[in-house]
Amino acid sequence: MHGRPRKASKPEDEAASTTKAQKLRALQTQFFSFHHSKIYTKEAVELSAKLLEINPESYTAWNYRKLAVEHYLSQPDCNPETVKSVLDDELRVVESALRQNFKSYGAWHHRKWVLSKGHSSVDLELRLLDKFQKADSRNFHAWNYRRFVAELMNRSEKDELKYTEDMIYTNFSNYSAWHNRSVLLSSLLEKKAEGFLSKENLLPEEYEFIHQAIFTDPDDQSGWFYHLWLLDQTVTTDHPLLVSTWPAHGSDVFLVGDRCQNGSFSPFTTVLSDSGSFPIVLYFNQPVKGVSSSTVIIECGFNKNEELLWEPLSVSNSQTAQVWVAHLKCPTSELDSSVEISVGYSKEIVSPRGSQYSHPSTFSFKVHVQPVERDSSRVSVAENILWREENFKVYRAQSEESIPIPSFDQLCIKNGHESTASNWRTEALAKEVECFRELLSLMDCKIGKLTLARLLMAYDVMSFPFANKLVHSEEVLELYNDLMKLDPTHHRYYKDEHSLVLLRKMTSSEESLLQHCFQYKDSVSSAIGNPICLRLNNLSLSRIRAFERLLWVQMLDLSHNELESIEGLEAMQLLYGLSLGNNKLRSLTALEPLRKLKSLRVLDISYNRIGDHSIDTTRYLCSSPLSHSVGSELNDVALINYWEAFYMFKDLNLNQLDIVGNTIADEKFKSVLVKIMPLLKRLDGELLD
Amino acid sequence: MADASFGFSTLQMGELAIGKHVHYILSVEKKKDSFESVVMDHLRMNGAYWGLTTLDLLGKLDSVNADEVLSWIMTCQHESGGFSGNIGHDPHILYTLSAVQVLALFNKLDVLDIDKVATYITGLQNEDGSFSGDMWGEVDTRFSYIAICCLSILCCLDKINVEKAVSYILSCKNLDGGFGCTPGGESHAGQIFCCVGALAITGSLHHVDKDLLGWWLCERQVKSGGLNGRPEKLPDVCYSWWVLSSLIMIDRVHWIDKEKLVKFILDCQDLENGGISDRPDDAVDVFHTYFGVAGLSLLEYPGLKAIDPAYALPVDVVNRIFFG
Repeated sequence: MHGRPRKASKPEDEAASTTKAQKLRALQTQFFSFHHSKIYTKEAVELSAKLLEINPESYTAWNYRKLAVEHYLSQPDCNPETVKSVLDDELRVVESALRQNFKSYGAWHHRKWVLSKGHSSVDLELRLLDKFQKADSRNFHAWNYRRFVAELMNRSEKDELKYTEDMIYTNFSNYSAWHNRSVLLSSLLEKKAEGFLSKENLLPEEYEFIHQAIFTDPDDQSGWFYHLWLLDQTVTTDHPLLVSTWPAHGSDVFLVGDRCQNGSFSPFTTVLSDSGSFPIVLYFNQPVKGVSSSTVIIECGFNKNEELLWEPLSVSNSQTAQVWVAHLKCPTSELDSSVEISVGYSKEIVSPRGSQYSHPSTFSFKVHVQPVERDSSRVSVAENILWREENFKVYRAQSEESIPIPSFDQLCIKNGHESTASNWRTEALAKEVECFRELLSLMDCKIGKLTLARLLMAYDVMSFPFANKLVHSEEVLELYNDLMKLDPTHHRYYKDEHSLVLLRKMTSSEESLLQHCFQYKDSVSSAIGNPICLRLNNLSLSRIRAFERLLWVQMLDLSHNELESIEGLEAMQLLYGLSLGNNKLRSLTALEPLRKLKSLRVLDISYNRIGDHSIDTTRYLCSSPLSHSVGSELNDVALINYWEAFYMFKDLNLNQLDIVGNTIADEKFKSVLVKIMPLLKRLDGELLD
Repeated sequence: MADASFGFSTLQMGELAIGKHVHYILSVEKKKDSFESVVMDHLRMNGAYWGLTTLDLLGKLDSVNADEVLSWIMTCQHESGGFSGNIGHDPHILYTLSAVQVLALFNKLDVLDIDKVATYITGLQNEDGSFSGDMWGEVDTRFSYIAICCLSILCCLDKINVEKAVSYILSCKNLDGGFGCTPGGESHAGQIFCCVGALAITGSLHHVDKDLLGWWLCERQVKSGGLNGRPEKLPDVCYSWWVLSSLIMIDRVHWIDKEKLVKFILDCQDLENGGISDRPDDAVDVFHTYFGVAGLSLLEYPGLKAIDPAYALPVDVVNRIFFG
């Protein structure tokens, strides 16, 4: 089916083909009659060998041969010699079939099946494998079979590692050998085998090895992914760590009811709470499980006996997430209280691979509650939030406040325990940076620029927050701009990376963050406590991240960008108002992250591309019956064609929604939305009854 | 829906010759006497799925006699509940899925004794969560995908141990973010499709490092615009499906140049006789015709029905099963 040239069939070819076909068919018919009648005579079995020689893909013939073998092995006059002869026959038939098609699944499996009967030797099998390696070093059947033989016959991982080394020295362009090397090496490291105890000693050698591959031919991909793995090994610590929390350590949180009394509270720390509770957010550096009220201990003046329910912020029923949230109920009377939270003093918080959370930490903050004035005669009509330029004014700090953003330095928890041990990591990165700068001085190549960009970012992130600045951001952004021109096929990949670096740069220092802090200037907004609106609009952002520094944000303006995805936004648990207007969102299912934002009341998704596309790229990344992540809750027949709207919007408690400018938003659709969200007060600017 | 009756002379460069391909598929279905056909005899059930799904994507499923197809399918079912590749052959999980998929196309899943098929499949799950292809025990993540996809179509996914099935698939995850056929097996686009598809259906995509795998997948696009299946290999139209559907399921498809890929697929057409080949100017077959058309559907080529990236069936067929 592959690699056969297209040619017009001549009548003589067709005739020859028909003759061959008739012969094969006759063979097949005869074979079936033997198989169905369970006839295993020598002649019958030989017929199956003939069939498999012509067509090793005829899987029923392999099944038949296994039945024949079992038949012979169960004979009363069976002895070691007959067993050897029977199994030898099988090995011969497999070899002959593999000569026809060395990628035949049926043939390889048959050989494994024969070997599991305890026949053949390591030497014989390895010799056979050598033959296949020489014919095609990328034959993954052969590599898999090699792994099978090695395990069956107890060949050491170190010997196999040496084999990958030999293969690579024969030809650097052998992705399969590099892959196998990574499997063996990571296994030896995990087992802490002798000679493989520390990454610190091993990685430099591996780096030198992989450089030979990459620098010999930078356009050959064989070494790229192995190098990326080495980089990951250098940068990542196995054990999960807490990176950020909300409330931040040492901060003061002011909770107000549905009307704020006055503007004397800092807009950074005043949280509107219409539910009588506030979220506590834990942001880890990797997904973890095991966060619960027994692994996270809360001590506060109010709420002594309540067991908090910790929820993982992930799609589906997975109990694993990078961000976890719990809601702490606060009393309705005036209160000033301290809250202390201890994370990970018992061993149950783990990564999916079983690495334990290893750095027990405690953080504390103060909660100040303003009593709620329940004056029903002045129930305010839901105001229409308009995300227009003229409605925002830049936030100017009052003179007394030197650090308006609460405990900016403490927003990210310092993980100081690695400070001495991390030297080898930063040294390794620095050395790699040097090597790739040298490569780029010799030739302009894609992998050189991409790797350098990744190295510089990793280096900065590792040094930060001690350095408190991302030194190389400008250079990295330049590199991605270069790459967009050098490799236009993958232009969008580099654009996404560029956006992420830009965002990280903007949120890395307080000064740059403050430049994007505004307040909604309408006086009516005091009804919503006049929080800070972080405006990251008109930045050509195609992707967003770095939420660990933005957990405090209540209003976010991401309008006029190029976003197709809002992956990760679920971490921003305080979000009350969000604008995604004038972006490139292409489906309702892309809104999945918003379903976890219990405080979201105002949403603008106007002027996107929802309804323009026939293919949905987030169809399996959202909660729906298709991915078995929710049951079939959709019982209303009229809503079946609007299942995406149903699942995405039914749990949102929006007051205001703007959806105009999307192909999908016709009158019928809008009436469906109103049906799904009975509490919605305003749709596209219009008040609903 | 494009007019399927236009002749060769009116066809522009860079257009999908829908009429030619429909004709090709129908002719292959009838032609059973060539050597190529006999040699593929054992996987006729797969061939039926490839041919019929292509016809449905082109809006021409009604060109075949549904009753004939359905009665032939049912004669391929064995006592065990599994289906064989063709009459006379042994049952195998590969052909069981194709049979169920074809029945779904025709909206005839009700002719099945669902428990019987489910029993065959659940019987193939091993202790470690993996699946064997048949009673002879070959294990491969392809079979994990098949089991999950098949039982899901039959709305009885809970009959297998889903947790263990998922953990076995994850044990085949490699350090480059991809997946192989067994633990330690090299990443390959076909296996990646199977694993990502299985994880998608079971709501387990959060286990996939989408950025890492996305980069590996997008680097399958080579200069010609076609996609290969793993590093330093030749491009092939069938990867237009496996790489593309995987990218779509993890929302990273924008990382390839879609226009260049469309052009590559269209260049693989045999504009004279119909059908699509693995590479330009190679011999065509139903397998590559299906993957080419399915790929074009994922690329939103006009005039084609939308295909579901996880179930590899038209979206309206899948929606009918889950929301009907």
